Amino acid sequence: MARAATSKPAAPKPAPAKPPPRKSATPALARPAEPTRYKASKDQLLEFYRQMLLIRRFEEKAGQLYGLGLIGGFCHLYIGQEAVAVGLQSALDGDKDSVITGYRDHGHMLAYGLDPKTIMAELTGRAAGIARGKGGSMHMFSVEHRFYGGHGIVGAQVPLGTGLAFAHKYRKDGGVCLAYFGDGAANQGQVYEAFNMASLWKLPIIYVIENNHYAMGTSVHRSSAEDQLCRRGNSFRIPGLQIDGMDVLAVRGAAEVALEWVRGGKGPILLEFKTYRYRGHSMSDPAKYRSREEVQSVRDKSDPIEAVKRELEKAEVSEEAMKATDKEIKSIVAEAADFAEQSPEPDPAELYTDILVEGR
Amino acid sequence: MPIELKMPALSPTMEEGTLAKWLVKEGDAVSSGDILAEIETDKATMEFEAIDEGTIAKILVPEGTDEVKVGTVIALIAEEGEDTSPSPLVGEGQPSEARQGEGSLQPAPPEMAQEPAAVPSPVAADAAPPSPVRGKGTSAPASDPDIPAGTEMVRTTLREALRDAMAEEMRADDRVFVMGEEVAEYQGAYKVTQGLLEEFGPRRVIDTPITEYGFAGVGTGAAMGGLKPIVEFMTFNFAMQAIDHIINSAGKTNYMSGGQMRCPIVFRGPNGAASRVAAQHSQNYGPWYASVPGLIVICPYSAADAKGLLKAAIRSEDPVVFLENELLYGQSFEVPALDDWVLPIGKARTVRSGNDVTIVSYSIGVGVALAAAEKLAEEGIEAEIIDLRTLRPLDTAAVLESLRRTNRVVVVEEGWPVCSIASEIVSVCMEQGFDDLDAPVTRVTNEDVPMPYAANLEKLALVDAAKVIKAVKAVCYR
Repeated sequence: MARAATSKPAAPKPAPAKPPPRKSATPALARPAEPTRYKASKDQLLEFYRQMLLIRRFEEKAGQLYGLGLIGGFCHLYIGQEAVAVGLQSALDGDKDSVITGYRDHGHMLAYGLDPKTIMAELTGRAAGIARGKGGSMHMFSVEHRFYGGHGIVGAQVPLGTGLAFAHKYRKDGGVCLAYFGDGAANQGQVYEAFNMASLWKLPIIYVIENNHYAMGTSVHRSSAEDQLCRRGNSFRIPGLQIDGMDVLAVRGAAEVALEWVRGGKGPILLEFKTYRYRGHSMSDPAKYRSREEVQSVRDKSDPIEAVKRELEKAEVSEEAMKATDKEIKSIVAEAADFAEQSPEPDPAELYTDILVEGR
Repeated sequence: MPIELKMPALSPTMEEGTLAKWLVKEGDAVSSGDILAEIETDKATMEFEAIDEGTIAKILVPEGTDEVKVGTVIALIAEEGEDTSPSPLVGEGQPSEARQGEGSLQPAPPEMAQEPAAVPSPVAADAAPPSPVRGKGTSAPASDPDIPAGTEMVRTTLREALRDAMAEEMRADDRVFVMGEEVAEYQGAYKVTQGLLEEFGPRRVIDTPITEYGFAGVGTGAAMGGLKPIVEFMTFNFAMQAIDHIINSAGKTNYMSGGQMRCPIVFRGPNGAASRVAAQHSQNYGPWYASVPGLIVICPYSAADAKGLLKAAIRSEDPVVFLENELLYGQSFEVPALDDWVLPIGKARTVRSGNDVTIVSYSIGVGVALAAAEKLAEEGIEAEIIDLRTLRPLDTAAVLESLRRTNRVVVVEEGWPVCSIASEIVSVCMEQGFDDLDAPVTRVTNEDVPMPYAANLEKLALVDAAKVIKAVKAVCYR
């Protein structure tokens, strides 16, 4: 009880007494500085462009392969949201930071520099896939790169990521966990259970809400009483920032602020990125819950790759340089698709491997 | 009439305690809320308050008395104007009628309360003198190959054995930590983590909010990140809130990642029926978890097994669900005094040898089976008892080997019958031991009902020795 002053026996006073001045039970929530757009060098800009284009083209190809029946099950494409993964992950320290996400994970893996061939081969369920064909689109991992999945249960990655952050702090390795989730997962109770512990224990974690406005077919406004999702950490004393997720430089700027905050030992921070997915929730989604015009309007006005192109033009990067990048990406994706189609399926003996680490 | 003060039950499972200290003396006036005495249970020291007003007429049980049974009249309070001489009707230390019946609520007491004097010591088969029940017609007492001959055995409660296992592994490996509700400052809701905070500090012994889904996920993530968490659930009933992380996150990730993502975590806590806590707090989740490939499920009976298997679980690279039993926490067993007592996961143990019938069980059911076997021996039926110890992977070879000799199997399970471990053993015996069977494999389980609260109904719902004896006689055609 912070406000009880018990040192002196209180003399009876005529009521009503003014309430004693008290230390505020709810001191103002500390907040980081407002982020500013990142000032990227020409090379950095070109690299952002390259990575975002890789994600875009890779996902378009995945959509094609799905249509051909080469990819099965659920397949959630990241097209439209590229700036978020690239802006954030370009700011991480690959030697110590960790990343975890949900089932819309291809973009996050590519932004981490993982080999597109092994990702595409996972999508086609081949032995050369990053999870040897046993995880598929929603469950991909690279422990070597500290990419911890790829989780299929909406919101599960939030406590799991909090656990990764716990491990960073426990080992004092200086790492930070970046945990992505969507506007849909933001309504899962376990998210708030995790927020509470992360804040209580000052864990080094950046919670990232990729608000693409639709949880499958339900818009944020129809599903969320507080639709300003950046405020969702307030009850747990986790500061939140809302950022344009279609602008890779704004994303990177926010990443800088968030990393400084978290690495400074101030505990978790929440970033809400307003973004948009162009495709359906998954490949089987007819997307009747929004109009064609709405999607087209976002593409026309806010496309994140077009935005980087404009920045490149401003920075006087030549059209040839951009075209060369386009060509390079095209061939990388084509090669990944060929690899994924031609690789053999897993050996039937793989059915019974990796159930337990210690074979019993 | 003076008011009788009786030894209180300070937890649903307390049967006796120590009257540590009287804070009043004869002739003292007391009123409601006054603290009369301090009573020590196996878990904690509790204060005993007056409910009635009056004068302490007589103290019947002096302070420092151990093993005072719940319900024993420990003092008399005279109400105003009453004669303060003790009633001649009340004898010293005599348990009151009202509470006496409650001792038989559970499968454990009274049979297990006598363990190991009347029942073969489950672990120290070599060390303990042969029990008279292992009489004619039986093979030699089952020896536990895991204990070197001549090892000193120490009487240890299940609770202490579990704590010792955790403490030893925490000393050996800094990656090991414990988290859960009340595990640190409160010393454990059931005192299993007693003393760990003191030794290992708050970095490694971590109180969580009441947030099972959340902390099971945090623990699982920490394991994925390279630590070795022990996540305590206050009971496994509450782990239902966390079952998604246990199964979907911890149990499947190694497979889904093609062997990259390890999850070396132990989820532990009490499981199964406790005492008089009704349906939501009395359930055996063994069969639930044991059906999941990717998990290891351990469900020990004795303290020695609990210690050796918990150490193995903590060392395992795989996620382990470790199911304890609240009713056994205070039971003492022989535990070998070895520096590093680790048992193999996935191996059953023959706790009693016999040639007439095989009784397969685990956890508290083993105690029920031992009690039944003792009675059966008096009638000339020698039962072999196999404690599965690990439910996944199941030691089917041990069951089938015994079946080959006895040709009869009865499964005793403190849990529901449908889709149970018992059902699984029946299937295994049918598929792999059919030619050895001389009688149908029979299940003795709890009744197929949610656990009732009423004492008589609860007793009816649970497995007991009488039901086991009946089933064994049926398969022996006697």
